[in-house]
Amino acid sequence: MRANTWQGRQHVTVQDVPDPRILNAQDAIVRITSTAICGSDLHLYHGYIPTMKKGDVLGHEFMGEVVEVGPAVRNLRVGDRVVVPFPIACGACMACERGLYSVCENSNPNAGIAEKIMGYSPAGIFGYSHLLGGYAGGQAEYARVPFADVGPLKIEVDLPDEQLLFLSDILPTGYMGAELCDIKPGDTIAVWGAGPVGLFAIASAYLLGAKKVIAIDRFDYRLRKAKDQAGAEIINYELTPVAEALREMTAGRGPDACIDAVGMEAHHASGLIYGYDRAKQATRTESDRPDALREAIMNVRNGGIVAAIGAYGGFIDKFPMGAFMNRSLTMKSAQCHVQKYMRPLLERIRKGEIDPSFVITHRMRLDDAPRAFQLFREKQDECVKVVLKP
Amino acid sequence: MNSVREIGALERSAGPGRGADRLARRLGLASLGLGVAQLVAPYRVAQLAGVDRSVRAIMIIPALGLREIGHAAALLGVRRPGRWAWTRVAGDAMDLALLGRAVAHTCGLRRVRAAAVTAAVAGITVADLYTAIRAYREGERTVRDGAVHAVGAITINKSPAEVYRFWRDLENWPRFMYHLESVRVTGDRRSHWSAKAPGFGRMRRTVEWDAEIVEDTPERIITWRSLPDADVTNWGQVRFLPGPSGRGTEVRVELDYTAPGRAAGVAIARLFGEEPRQQLRDDLRRFKQVMETGDVVRSEGSPDGLSMRQQMKQRPARPVRADELVSV
Repeated sequence: MRANTWQGRQHVTVQDVPDPRILNAQDAIVRITSTAICGSDLHLYHGYIPTMKKGDVLGHEFMGEVVEVGPAVRNLRVGDRVVVPFPIACGACMACERGLYSVCENSNPNAGIAEKIMGYSPAGIFGYSHLLGGYAGGQAEYARVPFADVGPLKIEVDLPDEQLLFLSDILPTGYMGAELCDIKPGDTIAVWGAGPVGLFAIASAYLLGAKKVIAIDRFDYRLRKAKDQAGAEIINYELTPVAEALREMTAGRGPDACIDAVGMEAHHASGLIYGYDRAKQATRTESDRPDALREAIMNVRNGGIVAAIGAYGGFIDKFPMGAFMNRSLTMKSAQCHVQKYMRPLLERIRKGEIDPSFVITHRMRLDDAPRAFQLFREKQDECVKVVLKP
Repeated sequence: MNSVREIGALERSAGPGRGADRLARRLGLASLGLGVAQLVAPYRVAQLAGVDRSVRAIMIIPALGLREIGHAAALLGVRRPGRWAWTRVAGDAMDLALLGRAVAHTCGLRRVRAAAVTAAVAGITVADLYTAIRAYREGERTVRDGAVHAVGAITINKSPAEVYRFWRDLENWPRFMYHLESVRVTGDRRSHWSAKAPGFGRMRRTVEWDAEIVEDTPERIITWRSLPDADVTNWGQVRFLPGPSGRGTEVRVELDYTAPGRAAGVAIARLFGEEPRQQLRDDLRRFKQVMETGDVVRSEGSPDGLSMRQQMKQRPARPVRADELVSV
């Protein structure tokens, strides 16, 4: 089959690889009908997530049709249409029972590597480094899906792929970001990053009752989308000092909660600060550039909540602990526990409360994946979200 | 059994080996001190050694300082530094040769100083040699004893009754204990075990023994040991404790392997590799996977399932061809 593979820094190629096969009795093989490139794939593309190997199949946002099931699979049959959540979860351990699917205790066969970097191991993830399992991803014609009775969401409504695909990751991730903010009537939420996850966080914050949501980014076309299609007020941080603007927009209170939908490769308006983090990252003395997170902490109101949903991989520097401690802040974070959110969000899509397809800007063939990565990375052609068709 | 017991950890024959390592660490500190002095104040060092008239000597001293820092890095940076004392012995030989030249080419007070430093270095050489040889002997003894003591614990999201029942069926063990090839139940309490020690060609060998269950308290404890005539003497115990407030079952395992004689000792050492603690941990994690999910979890990067060796030698995360599957 054809699959998009990681070949090294800023180098992916679509290759012929063997067809996937059942390795565990609870596996299913899915023929992929739609797959997407995630912002977090760019961290792999840039080589900032350790333990990638040449030839790894990328991709963790995909859906399709079941073509084969292992002998222990009960809930799925050949022919079923499914959306596959990006974290791989067994459904049987204590973490899964508590709904913490992305920290499943069993699904990472490389838990020992993860423990060295993270203390304890989180769940395995499709196509997202060997430290998170070494699972082949879904930017391919087919994928093996472990724990097929637990993860994949069977679709029995007649909706197009484009409205359903993002249930695999970015819609639940954005929604969880808003949920972590514990929104009360009248709340103002500030969201760093108006990419796909940021856009869904904005939309979700409104769904959950926020009065005002403020989007912060440096690309006008993304801010326009946030304003026109998600109803956000906007700040372009390269033109407007963020702290002053937020203070002004909230009459001196500060946003009640801040969402970091940027993660480990943030930019900063100050060339000096950005340069500092770039230099530290280049010399491997800091793995992640946390400018958005620092700003979120500095700008949230006293006693407020910071939700970190942008992807991080390792260690950050210059964490404003003084502000965090003295101002009674709370920080919450997670790789999204997608399995928990898929059904309720599918229901919202079905009822027309949200149509996630508004983030899509590019529809391309799987074979164009290298070009798509470049477009997305360079923010060319007003790229926000690419959907690939195998 | 010569072993130190630590909670939640395990050491292979941890008793010996400590003395040489402690000495080696002290020597490492001495190297660090001397190295820094040679780098920062080479002229002072030259004066002390009576070679301050030789420009070449003063030029060489910082290089020797770098070498000393290298010794220090080796001796202070590794977990078992004993055998790295050999690097210092080699360094001593070089220093003695240089000092010999210094004694021959100086006179008067300088010559006295050079001779005194030479005598001091000779003394240090003895200490270095002693440490290196002691580390070597202690290492030898470890292999000859072939002793492994391992303790590990894991929490399983099942009742003690279920966990006990699975563990009590000895033939289940090779599914999660990868060093075991097979366990065959031969009687009510008797069983025959075989394990494969990794290696190449003639180095690969199978170790077999008979064992019996000596204690069996349902849902609480199972204790087993090898029968007296076994090549590999071993003893093990697993305890099942209800987790706090119904949080599954805490499984606590203790293993002791001893193999008198060098050949069996080497086999045992290979069976458990460099990190017996890690291996038992891997075993318990696979046990958890089998208990909770019904199978060992496999990815394309780790198609044989969780193991330290596989984690180090990942294949790319792309689908596995039929001929690449070894043990699935």
